[in-house]
Amino acid sequence: MSKLTFARAINAGLRKSLENDPKVVLMGEDIGALGGVFRVTDGLQKDFGKHRVVDTPLAESAIIGTAVGLAYRGYRPVCEIQFDGFIYPAFDQIVSQVAKMHYRTQGRVKMPITIRVPFGGGIGSPEHHSESPEAYFTHTSGLRVISVSNPQDAYTMIQQAIASDDPVLYFEPKRRYHDKGEVDETAELSTALSMEKARVVTPGSDVTLVTYGPLVKTANDAAMAAADEGVSVEVIDLRSLAPIDFPAVETSVRKTGRLVITHEAAQSGGLGAEIAASITERCFNYLEAAPVRITGFDIPYPYSKLEMHHLPDLDRILDGVDRALGRGNSLSGLEG
Amino acid sequence: MLTDEPGQDAYKVPNPGISAASPRRTGGDLVQLISPEGERISHPEFDLWVSDVTDEQLCSLYEDMMVIRRIDAEATALQRQGELALWPPLLGQEASQIGSGRALRDDDFVFPSYRDNGVAYCRGVEPTDLVRAWRGNASAGWDPYRHNIATQQIIIGSQSLHATGYAMGIQYDGADSVAVSYFGDGATSEGDVNEAMVFAASFQVPVVFICQNNHWAISEPVRIQSHIQIADRASGFGIPSMRVDGNDVLAVLAATRIALDRARNGGGPTFIEAVTYRMGPHTTADDPTRYRDANELEDWAAKDPITRLKALLRTKGLLTEEVEAKTQAKADEVARDLRAGVINMPDPAPLDLFKHVYSTPNSWIERQKDHYSRYLESFSGSTQEGAL
Repeated sequence: MSKLTFARAINAGLRKSLENDPKVVLMGEDIGALGGVFRVTDGLQKDFGKHRVVDTPLAESAIIGTAVGLAYRGYRPVCEIQFDGFIYPAFDQIVSQVAKMHYRTQGRVKMPITIRVPFGGGIGSPEHHSESPEAYFTHTSGLRVISVSNPQDAYTMIQQAIASDDPVLYFEPKRRYHDKGEVDETAELSTALSMEKARVVTPGSDVTLVTYGPLVKTANDAAMAAADEGVSVEVIDLRSLAPIDFPAVETSVRKTGRLVITHEAAQSGGLGAEIAASITERCFNYLEAAPVRITGFDIPYPYSKLEMHHLPDLDRILDGVDRALGRGNSLSGLEG
Repeated sequence: MLTDEPGQDAYKVPNPGISAASPRRTGGDLVQLISPEGERISHPEFDLWVSDVTDEQLCSLYEDMMVIRRIDAEATALQRQGELALWPPLLGQEASQIGSGRALRDDDFVFPSYRDNGVAYCRGVEPTDLVRAWRGNASAGWDPYRHNIATQQIIIGSQSLHATGYAMGIQYDGADSVAVSYFGDGATSEGDVNEAMVFAASFQVPVVFICQNNHWAISEPVRIQSHIQIADRASGFGIPSMRVDGNDVLAVLAATRIALDRARNGGGPTFIEAVTYRMGPHTTADDPTRYRDANELEDWAAKDPITRLKALLRTKGLLTEEVEAKTQAKADEVARDLRAGVINMPDPAPLDLFKHVYSTPNSWIERQKDHYSRYLESFSGSTQEGAL
């Protein structure tokens, strides 16, 4: 076991993949000598060379489009999109090409492409640097979408993503890059929990609190605070956003009867809506209250002085827990 | 390869000098080796690249052009008869596609657009597979790795990036094959084609961009796409380009060989503008009479690529009754097979919907497939009850 920051854990996972498979190629802007703007690829070009860790011209569509061509030729590209808000020029290549090639060619051409996306807010950035675009991609068939919440998962799941024969969007919570955690670098990939599986990170019995990525830490803190008030909150880290491990959420909700979902992304048409609908379909008779969503507002990501109002925090999550429990909360007394 | 049988590796391309070392021309005058009247025009540079083409091979190029025109006409007829949902005719572009397609080696890899059926034919794709997607029986017709040609791309220009990425892979592998991307004049306005040229130039990868300037992007004339010659766009990226008569099969063959040779020898990308004309509609759903002048079509009909090659063959005394009969018989046979293949093509099964979305089982897809199959089964149950 070693204690690594989130960013170093991803770096170690990338290094292991580069060592294990000569077909793995990293591509992106500033990932070489600089080591990426967040230093996630620090030192990799020096150790593996310019053909394994490729500094590309500044063209996101081309980063993904050329990755498609490399995958055609048997390579396993790992593309870095520098910031969440810069992924949109590549949207067409991701949605029309990466996602559909396997279906289009009836399984003959595989797209083992990993797209790493630092995402989410909380770092005081200007516009386009704090977005949560995951729902655009979970809505696109053919893609797998995962998000990691701790250094161990970051290390293991980047390797699982790269080893996957399907394309994977790997969402990294950038405000957690400097958080440290224990990472077992000797653990075998073959025995690790599948990247499609959710994990109960705090067990509880009164309310199920579902989240992923940057808010897992916030949700755990909220569960601890709730425990002080005698409320037992079970926190589930989804890990996989497409597909979602609904059986895991279902098991918890059958026990608690109450569901709160929290994410930074905007509410309408988001993952919270999908989870609320799917869980309602699957275990309506077990629900004691309507599912509650605590999310970013339906606004463009705000300027940084206001971002802490936009991002779900411990208190807003606890308010949501109170709503799920029918206790006094900010919306008490409101009709409809 | 320029062989008598498409796809057979039996012919050595002449190499009159490593093209990477020869002048990196940009655009310039339209290169023509056969005049519209069928006269062979000599050219100091390009002649060297087709000096090996025998009379038999000229006849073979003629046959391929005749066959692909016949496939195109048959597919158009099949669409009119309701057997295909749509078809994008290539009428008028036969020389561009056969001349370039026959220059390729088996281990080169092609990334075509939806109109490049002549190129796919050169790669050995079965005519029935050319129309599979247009009948709606599949999203794409063939196995890309069987013929080293990707499936036809519908998103305009997208495949130029795939070719460039594939060429990056060739470079990493240290191989001497080449990735070739086909697209039209409209595609050169797309960001992807421009980004592909940036990447190709920066990394000096073995890729050839073949732009068939057929003068029309559905209803938009090429002047809306570009204020300068299409070939001249490449120079801004530092990519050498050639502008050739796309209705002249020898000029296209020579240009493609020059570009391939440069790529194989580490000279990086080349851009070829094959100036041709889309004599038919954009697709069978289009009506060109709404936007283009009949006189323009007449002008281009006089420059028809097959008429021109026929005239050359006649001048050379090669267009014998035997050759004509053999070519016609081959074209008729292919068309007959195509028609039979289309009409006998079995419909896909409903649950094929869910196949190959992912390479490994996916819980969302499996659940929906399970529910939909039960739903379908519920009808077969009620039919049986009704029969009782």
